[in-house]
Amino acid sequence: MNDISQAFAKAIQLITQLDANLLEIVSLSMRVSLTSVLIASLIGLPLGAALALYKFPGRGFFVVLLNAFMGLPPVVVGLIVYLMLSRSGPLGVLGLLFTPTAMIIAQTCLITPIIAALARQTIMDANVEYHEQLRALGAKSFRIMKTLLWETKYSLLTSVFAGFGRATAEVGAVLIVGGNINHATRVMTTAIALETRKGDIELALALGIILIVISLILTTIVMNIRDAAYKYYN
Amino acid sequence: MNRISTIVIAVLICMSFNSACANEQDFITLSSTTSTDNSGLLDYLIPKFKEKTGINVRVVAVGTGRALLLGERGDVDLLLVHHKTSETKFVENGFGIERRNVMYNDYVIVGPKQDPANIKNVKNTIEALKLIYDQATPFVSRGDDSGTHKKELELWSQAGVDIQQYSGTWYREAGASMGATLNIANEMSAYTLTDRGTWLSFKNRDDLILLFENDPPLFNQYGVILVNPERHPHIKYNEAKLFSNWLTSSEGQQAIAEFSLQGQQLFFPNSGQNIAASEAK
Amino acid sequence: MHNVSTLPLHINHLHVTRKGNLLLCDIDYSIDTAGVTVILGPNGAGKSLLLQVAHGLVAPDEGDLKWNTLSPHPQQSWRAFVFQKPVLLRRSVRANLGYVLSLHKVEKSKHHELIEEALEQTGLAKLAERNARVLSGGEQQRLSIARAWVLKPKVILLDEPTAELDPAGTAAVECLIETIAQQDTKILMTTHDLGQARRLASDILFLHQGRLVEFSPAQNFFQQPQTEAAQKFIAGKLLNGGQKK
Repeated sequence: MNDISQAFAKAIQLITQLDANLLEIVSLSMRVSLTSVLIASLIGLPLGAALALYKFPGRGFFVVLLNAFMGLPPVVVGLIVYLMLSRSGPLGVLGLLFTPTAMIIAQTCLITPIIAALARQTIMDANVEYHEQLRALGAKSFRIMKTLLWETKYSLLTSVFAGFGRATAEVGAVLIVGGNINHATRVMTTAIALETRKGDIELALALGIILIVISLILTTIVMNIRDAAYKYYN
Repeated sequence: MNRISTIVIAVLICMSFNSACANEQDFITLSSTTSTDNSGLLDYLIPKFKEKTGINVRVVAVGTGRALLLGERGDVDLLLVHHKTSETKFVENGFGIERRNVMYNDYVIVGPKQDPANIKNVKNTIEALKLIYDQATPFVSRGDDSGTHKKELELWSQAGVDIQQYSGTWYREAGASMGATLNIANEMSAYTLTDRGTWLSFKNRDDLILLFENDPPLFNQYGVILVNPERHPHIKYNEAKLFSNWLTSSEGQQAIAEFSLQGQQLFFPNSGQNIAASEAK
Repeated sequence: MHNVSTLPLHINHLHVTRKGNLLLCDIDYSIDTAGVTVILGPNGAGKSLLLQVAHGLVAPDEGDLKWNTLSPHPQQSWRAFVFQKPVLLRRSVRANLGYVLSLHKVEKSKHHELIEEALEQTGLAKLAERNARVLSGGEQQRLSIARAWVLKPKVILLDEPTAELDPAGTAAVECLIETIAQQDTKILMTTHDLGQARRLASDILFLHQGRLVEFSPAQNFFQQPQTEAAQKFIAGKLLNGGQKK
C-alpha cells in the first residue's frame, strides 16, 4: 500500500511540475498511438465492412484470420516489423527502424485486425436491419457499405477506441522497433518497462498512473459522445 | 469526396509531423547494453559529445547478444558492449571494424541478507559459486544471452558446474534485463550476478545486499566497435568514428572517470593502457 | 422527371420457389389501369413476395414481370418501395429525404425544392429537423412515403403500409396514398385489411396460396366475388392453408 501511495504522490508531483521529460514521453505516446489508430481505422473500418457485406472465395478463412490476429502478441508483431524494417530486411533502405514511424507501422499492424474484426460485427448486425431497405431505395453495395459505416459511427467509435487502448497499452512491439531511445522513441509503456527494470518502482508506477488517468479521461469522453448519440437516436 | 480528402490530408500531416520529429538533428545510433544505459553513464557522456561535435547519439539499450545482432544487420552505427569473446568473433566475421577498449567495470554477487550459502567471506568467485551450488540455494540468471549472462556461464563452467541441468530447480533463468533480474532475485531471496553500475542505481533492494566483490575474474571489459561500412554502406561511419575516437580520447576517458553514482566511480577508463593484466585475470 | 412509360404491368407465368416451397405459382396477368391496385389475400398468400418481384428485389424462378418493356431493378428511380416497417436513417427527416435524392444522383440545386414539396405533401414540414428515429410510428411511415414520393416516381409499391399503425396513423397514411394516386402515380399495394381495400382500391388482385385467384375492379370484387375463396375472405371466414406446400 505504501508503494502505491508513494507512487501517487510521485505521479501528482510529475504532473503538477509539468516535467519536460514526462510531457515529451506522453506527447510522443499520444502522437504514435493516435496516428496508428487513424491509419488502422482508415484500413480496418472499410475492411471490416467489406468482410461483413461482400461474399468472395476465402472470406471465411479471412475472417478467422482476422479474429485470430486480434490477439496477436505485440512482441511477434514487433519482431516481424523489425525484420521488415531492419537494414538487412526488405524495407531497410527506408531507414525507418528506431523512428516513431516504425512504431506507428507496428501499432497499425497490431490494431488494424482489432478494429476490422469489431467493425465487421457491428456492420453485420446493422446490415440485418438496413439491407433490404437500402437495396429497395436503390443503393448499390458500395453505397450500402458507406451508409452503414456512417449509420453505425458511434458504435464503431467503440471499436476504434478498443484499438486505441491496445495501442497505448502495448509495450512489446514499440520496444523492438522503436528501441526506447531517450528523446526519440521513448513512450509511456517503454518508459514504464525501463523504470521497472531499473528497480525504480515508484516512478514506473507513477507513469502507469498517468497512463491510466489519460486513458480514463479519453474513455469518459468517448462514452459521453456515445451515450449522447444513443439518447438522441433512440 | 471532400470528406475523404480531409482524411488523407490529416494522415499526411500526422505522418510528416512524426517524420519531421525523427529527422530533426544529426545523430548516430549506438547499440549498447542495458547495464551501461541504466547506470546513467551514457546520459552523462552523450551531452558532452554533442556539445563538442553537434552530433547526437541515440542509444538502443539491449543485451549484448542483441546489440551484436543489431550491428550485424546494420541497424545501428556502432556498438558499446562488454563481452570480449563475442566482440572478437563479431570483428572476425567482418561485421565490425576497429574494436577498441574503452573502460571496464566489475561484476558483483548480490544476494539475501541472511546469506544462506555463506559466500560473504570466501576468497574467490569460483568458491562462492561452488558454495551456492552445494547448498542449491536459489540463483537467478539473466538467461538472455547478454554479456552478463555470458560472463556468468563462463564462471559456472570455470567452477566445474554444468549449470544447465539445474535450470528450473534452484537455478532460475529469468530471460530478463539486469534490473528485472534483480527484482526477481529480491522477490525470491536469491543470489545473482550483476554489474556494479546497475546494482548501485537499483532502487528496489529490500533484503538484497552486496555479498562478494573485487575479484579479477569479475572484471568486465567494455569495447567500442564500428559497424563495417563495407557491409552496410548506409551507416554513418564518419560520425560514428568521431564518437569512438572521442570515447577513447583523453577527454572522453576523463569524462568516464568522472562519472560516479552514490559517490562511487563505476567505470574505469583503460583505452590507453595495455589492459592485458585485467584480461588475463 | 421520368420519361418512361411504365404501364401496363405484364406478369407472365410467374413462379417463385423458396427452399422447395412454391410460393408464387403461375401468376399471369396484366395491369393497365391507373389508380390504386390492391393485392388482397390472407397471410402467406404471397402478396409481399409479388410486390418484391415487382420492385426487382426478388428474381422469379420462372416466367417474368415487366413494367411495360422494362424489367424491374431497385435502382430505377421511377419506382419506389415502401415497407411495412420502414428503416429510417439516423439523421434528420430532411436528411433522410436528401439521402434518397443523392442516391439517385439528383442535382444538388433541385434538392431543396423537392424536399420541401415532399415534406409539405406528407405533412412533415414541422418535423423537418427532427431526428427520424424518434418519430411516432405513423410519422415514420409518412416519412417513408415521403422518401418514396420525393423522387416523383411513376409507381409506388407499398407493402402492408399500415399494418403496424394505430387508427389515426392508418387514416393519415391512407389519406396520403389517395392524394398520391390522384397525382397520376400508380399505386400497387398489399393489405390483408378488407376495410382498407374497400376504402382505397380501384381494382383488386386476390391471391390465395400463391395463386392469383381473382382479379376485377374493386366494386365488382366486393359485390360479386367469383370464387369460393374470395367469398369466404370477404365474409370474414378463415381460409385454410395459408401456404401452398
